[in-house]
Amino acid sequence: MLNAKIPSGPLENKWADYKGHCKLVNPANKRKLEVIVVGTGLAGASAAASLGELGYKVKAFCFQDSPRRAHSIAAQGGINAAKNYQNDGDSVFRLFYDTIKGGDYRAREANVHRLAEVSTNIIDQCVAQGVPFAREYGGLLSNRSFGGTQVQRTFYAAGQTGQQLLIGAYQALERQVALGNVTMYSRHEMLEVVTIDGKARGIIARDLVNGKLERHFGHAVLLCSGGYGNVFYLSTNAMGSNVTAAWKAHKKGAAFANPCFTQIHPTCIPVSGDHQSKLTLMSESLRNDGRIWVPKKQNDTRKATDIPEEERDYYLERRYPAFGNLVPRDVASRAAKERCDAGYGVGSSKQAVYLDYADAILRYGKIEAGKQGRSNVSEEEIIAMGKEVVKAKYGNLFDMYEKITGENPYEVPMRIYPAVHYTMGGLWVDYELQTTVPGLYALGEANFSDHGANRLGASALMQGLADGYFVIPYTLGNNLADEIYSKAIETTHPAFEEAEKAVSDRINHLMNIKGKQTVESFHKRLGKIMWDKCGMARNKEGLEQAIREIQALKKEFWSDVRIPGEVNEMNTELDKANRVADFIELGELMCVDALTRDESCGGHFREEFQTPEGEALRDDAGHMYVSAWELKGEHQWELHKEPLNYEVIKPTQRNYK
Amino acid sequence: MEHYHMNLNLKVWRQKNSNTKGDFKTYQVKNISSEMSFLEMFDVLNEQLITEGEEPVAFDHDCREGICGMCSMYINGKPHGPWQANTTCQLHMRAFKDGDTIVVEPWRANAFPVIKDLTVNRSAFDRIIQAGGYISVNTGNAVDGNALPINKDNADNSFAAAMCIGCGACVAACKNSSAMLFLSAKVSHLALLPQGEPERKSRVMNMVAQMDKEGFGACTNTGACEATCPKEISLTNIARLNSEYLGASLSADK
Repeated sequence: MLNAKIPSGPLENKWADYKGHCKLVNPANKRKLEVIVVGTGLAGASAAASLGELGYKVKAFCFQDSPRRAHSIAAQGGINAAKNYQNDGDSVFRLFYDTIKGGDYRAREANVHRLAEVSTNIIDQCVAQGVPFAREYGGLLSNRSFGGTQVQRTFYAAGQTGQQLLIGAYQALERQVALGNVTMYSRHEMLEVVTIDGKARGIIARDLVNGKLERHFGHAVLLCSGGYGNVFYLSTNAMGSNVTAAWKAHKKGAAFANPCFTQIHPTCIPVSGDHQSKLTLMSESLRNDGRIWVPKKQNDTRKATDIPEEERDYYLERRYPAFGNLVPRDVASRAAKERCDAGYGVGSSKQAVYLDYADAILRYGKIEAGKQGRSNVSEEEIIAMGKEVVKAKYGNLFDMYEKITGENPYEVPMRIYPAVHYTMGGLWVDYELQTTVPGLYALGEANFSDHGANRLGASALMQGLADGYFVIPYTLGNNLADEIYSKAIETTHPAFEEAEKAVSDRINHLMNIKGKQTVESFHKRLGKIMWDKCGMARNKEGLEQAIREIQALKKEFWSDVRIPGEVNEMNTELDKANRVADFIELGELMCVDALTRDESCGGHFREEFQTPEGEALRDDAGHMYVSAWELKGEHQWELHKEPLNYEVIKPTQRNYK
Repeated sequence: MEHYHMNLNLKVWRQKNSNTKGDFKTYQVKNISSEMSFLEMFDVLNEQLITEGEEPVAFDHDCREGICGMCSMYINGKPHGPWQANTTCQLHMRAFKDGDTIVVEPWRANAFPVIKDLTVNRSAFDRIIQAGGYISVNTGNAVDGNALPINKDNADNSFAAAMCIGCGACVAACKNSSAMLFLSAKVSHLALLPQGEPERKSRVMNMVAQMDKEGFGACTNTGACEATCPKEISLTNIARLNSEYLGASLSADK
């Protein structure tokens, strides 16, 4: 079932060879070929714009009111590229190596190498679009460092890199809309993939304003619908982020890969109460200058500023001296959980650690004083100058922290705790980003391909844009070259009728349950099961129990959910119900996947598999494969394994000490 | 920081759809924590309404961290509520006290028709961008990112303008429903960069023409937009837009 179609030849030539030999579609034929793009984040907007520029007839869909609002916009820290502008030893190979190692040796070498190769083109393209990256006084691009690496290769726009990159892609997309190459459908949600003779040939979408179901034909369908972190209810994802598009594809035969590989981000604002609807990330870039600590004494109730230096445990610096506060996300998250579970947590919930900027403020203040050639400067002045520097670098993040918590992080350390942030798993795709359903593609976070078991910081933006700008324009052409004789299929075709009827039946079924419990209450319960039993640490017993609980929850949902309002109008509760119903099914598969992976790697930590020091214990002999799950029936999946062959890199235990 | 709980009266605009007249409905919510965000307080209201068999209030929201620009509530006479430089989703309930009455309306502007309750149609903004809010560079056309050094001040000012989240609070705050702050932010973002130079004149002419066509009002420099903007986009951008527009109008080649 799985053919990854990785080109032969030396690793560094694979992509060049592929591009040199793939089939092309001539401009006149491109005009006859229709492409559907679902989702308009970095992957979707860049793909829709690039394919529109090439001359394909593109239809793009997003559930938000404008394509500019996709959740890529919230990415803060930056985007990696192997430019080596800093002359600090970076190269395509190093970025490739860091990504494979950061992913704990569970990603494909060929895909990741291609990603590292095109990373440099992305920066060039974005600069040309007018993305206002941070610059030095000489007018050249600025870089910062990020977790899991020892070079400075991250390009950024203050703490709003995702916003600026997305606006760039959005503007490119709107330009194609104006030119008539792309038709934009906002406030639309994809609710079914239409397949004809085994190929994806269109979608059924619901207009979220009037509730009408629409049929759309495409010679190919691209899913760029993001990740599924909201299965945990509380995550850093947007409220609307969902798995529905990917899950519909899964139900139509697309294999779902490594669903249990979820990233828990170490630096988020802790939960404050039962009312919490989402969690907010504080960019990983804060770990560049901030120091993470907890008190050395258990249940220490003193204020942070009253705890003297010698009674603080900078546990990351202690455990991982080489990388210190810049260890990869999975390592930092587990270390925070370990300290809190052992009773050293801070704040009212005790589920938090400190991220402290006092040292950085002093250090920057002294540098500033030095720059101004002043020697007799009081400590207050130094601190004031240091705060200004920190404000210039991280001001918007500090403001955000203060708005949410009501505390001033320039004066007291921030409290942080890990939260669900990104999902490395997703639809299985081959080297061409095609799923196991011909004609159906997955790009960006929606696919599983490049980050293995753990994604490094500043790599999500890179992958989304790589897929959309630089990969799909080639790989889609290679496949559509065989479709130039396929005429557009009328949407009166029985396959469209059937698909629409299935969607309509499901919606009516949901509306007619007329039960007692709200959609939100089911989502919260699912989230709690997932977080407790399939979160930062997992074990066999808990996962088995979670599967039983989720199956029961599904039954309860389909017999007791209450959705007010009508079908044929804007109905936000119905939108949510459609999504939560899919999350429940996905949750079960995540637990099934976690249960079969008898090892710990990256974001997947099984308590049974750890070293005596509490580090993840990988099992390369038994588990060096991608788990691709094929749906066989309700609660039934078949596991297909794609072996991972490391030809260039020799997997070792990740060591950040 | 001391946390507390409060009971509130909410006067919320309810409107079934764009063809129906709307009106205010009054609701009570109890035991609201000062740690909640404003939208989490609305979540509580909606759960209450659903349980009571009523339809929940439709409102736009997504990222809930102040960056997507989707949330859009007009709270006690101010877009995004009482806090400076803030979005509705980042407004927290410690801004209110026990017994307060809070009035919540949608954005009001001809160019932003109400879709339902507090949800409005802001697609006019997308069409303004389509008229020229981009640099015409196809994928693959780019030179090396460092081949074009950009003066840091210009880069920083361009970034400050590009921070606009397209929420529409500027329009909602303006007595003329003008979109000048939104438009000027985009024109400034691109005009301040050398990459934006080739299309500089046609961009500003076309975007202004589209803004007028959408039915946004004229700018009378009252500055309500700047005062309400969650990203503190400066009025300087409107001055720059005016000069760009004048320059382009007077120029022989457009």
